[in-house]
Amino acid sequence: MFDNLSEKLQRTFKNLRGQGKLTEENIDDALKAIRLALLEADVHFKVVKRLIANIREKSLGAEVLTALSPTEQVVKIVKDELTAILGSTESKVRYCSTPPTVHMIVGLQGSGKTTSAGKLALWLSQHGHKPLLVSVDVYRPAARDQLKIVAGQIGQPIYDGAAGETTPLELAAGAFREAKQTGRDVVLIDTAGRLHIDDALMVELEQLKKRFEPKEILFVADAMTGQDAVKSASEFDKRLGISGVILTKMDGDARGGASLSIREATGKPLKFLGTGEKPSAFEIFHPERIVSRLLGMGDMLSLIEKVEENIDEKQALEMQRKMLANDFSLEDFREQLRQVKKLGSLQSIMDMLPNVGPFKELQNAEIDPKELVRTEAIINSMTAKERVNADLLNGSRRRRIAKGSGTTVQQVNQLLKQYRQARAMMRGIATGGAGSKKRKRSKGKRRGHGLRGPAPGGMGFRGLLGR
Amino acid sequence: MIQTLFSAPPPESGLFDRFKKAVSKTRDALSGQIDDIFEGKKEIDEELLDDLEMTLIGADVGVRTTSEILDDVRGEMERAEGGDPRAIKERIAGRMMEILRGSERPAETAAQPPEVILVVGVNGVGKTTTIGKLAHRLTQDGRKVLLCAGDTFRAAAAEQLSVWGGRTGCPVIRQKAGADPSAVLFDGLQAAKARGVDTVIVDTAGRLHNKAGLMAELEKMKRTAGRVAPAAPHQVLLVLDAVTGQNGLEQARRFTAGVGVTGLVLAKLDGTAKGGIVVAVARELGLPIRWVGIGEQADDLVAFDPESFVRSLFEG
Repeated sequence: MFDNLSEKLQRTFKNLRGQGKLTEENIDDALKAIRLALLEADVHFKVVKRLIANIREKSLGAEVLTALSPTEQVVKIVKDELTAILGSTESKVRYCSTPPTVHMIVGLQGSGKTTSAGKLALWLSQHGHKPLLVSVDVYRPAARDQLKIVAGQIGQPIYDGAAGETTPLELAAGAFREAKQTGRDVVLIDTAGRLHIDDALMVELEQLKKRFEPKEILFVADAMTGQDAVKSASEFDKRLGISGVILTKMDGDARGGASLSIREATGKPLKFLGTGEKPSAFEIFHPERIVSRLLGMGDMLSLIEKVEENIDEKQALEMQRKMLANDFSLEDFREQLRQVKKLGSLQSIMDMLPNVGPFKELQNAEIDPKELVRTEAIINSMTAKERVNADLLNGSRRRRIAKGSGTTVQQVNQLLKQYRQARAMMRGIATGGAGSKKRKRSKGKRRGHGLRGPAPGGMGFRGLLGR
Repeated sequence: MIQTLFSAPPPESGLFDRFKKAVSKTRDALSGQIDDIFEGKKEIDEELLDDLEMTLIGADVGVRTTSEILDDVRGEMERAEGGDPRAIKERIAGRMMEILRGSERPAETAAQPPEVILVVGVNGVGKTTTIGKLAHRLTQDGRKVLLCAGDTFRAAAAEQLSVWGGRTGCPVIRQKAGADPSAVLFDGLQAAKARGVDTVIVDTAGRLHNKAGLMAELEKMKRTAGRVAPAAPHQVLLVLDAVTGQNGLEQARRFTAGVGVTGLVLAKLDGTAKGGIVVAVARELGLPIRWVGIGEQADDLVAFDPESFVRSLFEG
């Protein structure tokens, strides 16, 4: 499997240093690597073709800047091209000047419409709106029950239909009336999943559109979608004029090339990303982040922001001092754990890391949040002295700790091993060991103080998991 | 067989009719997109090979599998006399059928009832619908089927399965949302034994394959099944959505490593998506494709046929 485009390009270009320009010959291998990466990310082949032509043209004329290696330069061109397609600005959600506004959620079966409807309702409620949900999926068994349960989970009202309302139009009309009466300003219509070639069902959507003039018709697309994304999205757009796209299941390991294909095919902006199983796992779309992911470079920017939001600057600095001074204790290890817990779901953090080098092992590791709790319990069962000096921990102390924390001696031993690994690695990092340089550079460029946050936290994961 | 694939119509079978119907729906809706890459072609050149490559990649077969198939075929063609463009297409189709046929094997059965079929897959691929249709089919064959609502995770999953139970006349064993799926399975198998059921089809939580705990949960279900019924589960069917791209391969790898998938179901093949990823899966993991979903009605599940499938990859 292709791992990381930058790495691959690095290899391609390793003989290029010292040459002043990217030439026809040396660019060809790079373009092949880029093409493979894009196709494996499920970008539509026609889009890939066009992109490669553009990248070739831009690369050929480019003077190699002294500040950038040829690899970096090509990566930059690729990134710029992809970002240009995806749109450089975040797009906004539109509302009606006279509420209630109607938003419609459409898409293929199984793309995640109902879950997205719930997530969008929660998002709207957190952004000063009062949404009312309604499901007009009268076809799939239990579809309306599903939305009802989702609405209950997020604590937002749902219009359940009055007696005699059986068609999608009647249900939507009922919801619209209810929203007016109860002062809800956005009606979110969750529609039935359908195939774009199913004429009868597409007509039904057209009728809903005509009747309620929705401000947003959001097409829900699964990040795992392959080459067919272009056909389905274009057909929905042709019939309905979609206003934007919600890309779901971004918490999986698909690269989401469908996002590029859909954007190219319809010209409609990607508006939201579904990033997890929780109702709050819903984010405004950032083009740059998708680009990094497409190229297997991870979503470092999101991670940096997340870490910076949650990790205490002072503590991070203190941690850094300790790393340098080489007195990283179990006490500090526990502090790291707590910081990590604050960051939220470990899995979502892992997903933001590039799928490369030391991070690669991490991504494949199954991360059990219970492990964190258990690890913390073990450290809590130690005396203050033991936490500072792990060498004190002989067999009898370990037995006591295992008992105290409801674990086994094996688990205590495992933790100690992980702690030692983490400590050893920190020593390596502190003294400028392998791997730290690259990351320092990429982050330093974006934010002057980027490294201080993630370094201690980031190292903690690996030490903590150690498998 | 290979030689006639694109020249003469195949023997009409019920299955092929259904396939054809599904495919022609696509054609009607998106007519004008069909381009016969062989129109006016006299010889094999790079352009033709590029077109063929794009046809396969466009069907989600994937770059690697496509390149290998093309390399094989190119080698053969260079050795062979002449260069008929149609022949190369038939060779490619033939190579793909070899891959698909190579992974075929008889379905695993139980030495003594109940037979247990575990249905797994990521969210939204159509597991529950597949189960409903499979239940219908097995019931039609005269088997006594029981459904087990092992997806206690997704909102209203058990309700959805219950509706299918009603439609097909199969009892459904379920517990409340959030219950331990293994406990539901245990109940289901006990009930199946008590009622003399032939086949138990078990729904499982549709979650992404990289979620912590999912594989552990499925493994536990497998162990539970094995304790109650000998050698159960007899089949572990992985449902793949035909619209899925290259990630389908990763799904197949992870579920196979985690719970020992024995076969695939390719769902939602009635759209414009080709589902070519199953060729890559068959090639890499040697998994047979058991069933194909071609609609939402109870009888819209047909046995997989490599020939019709490969033909559809080149159409539309």
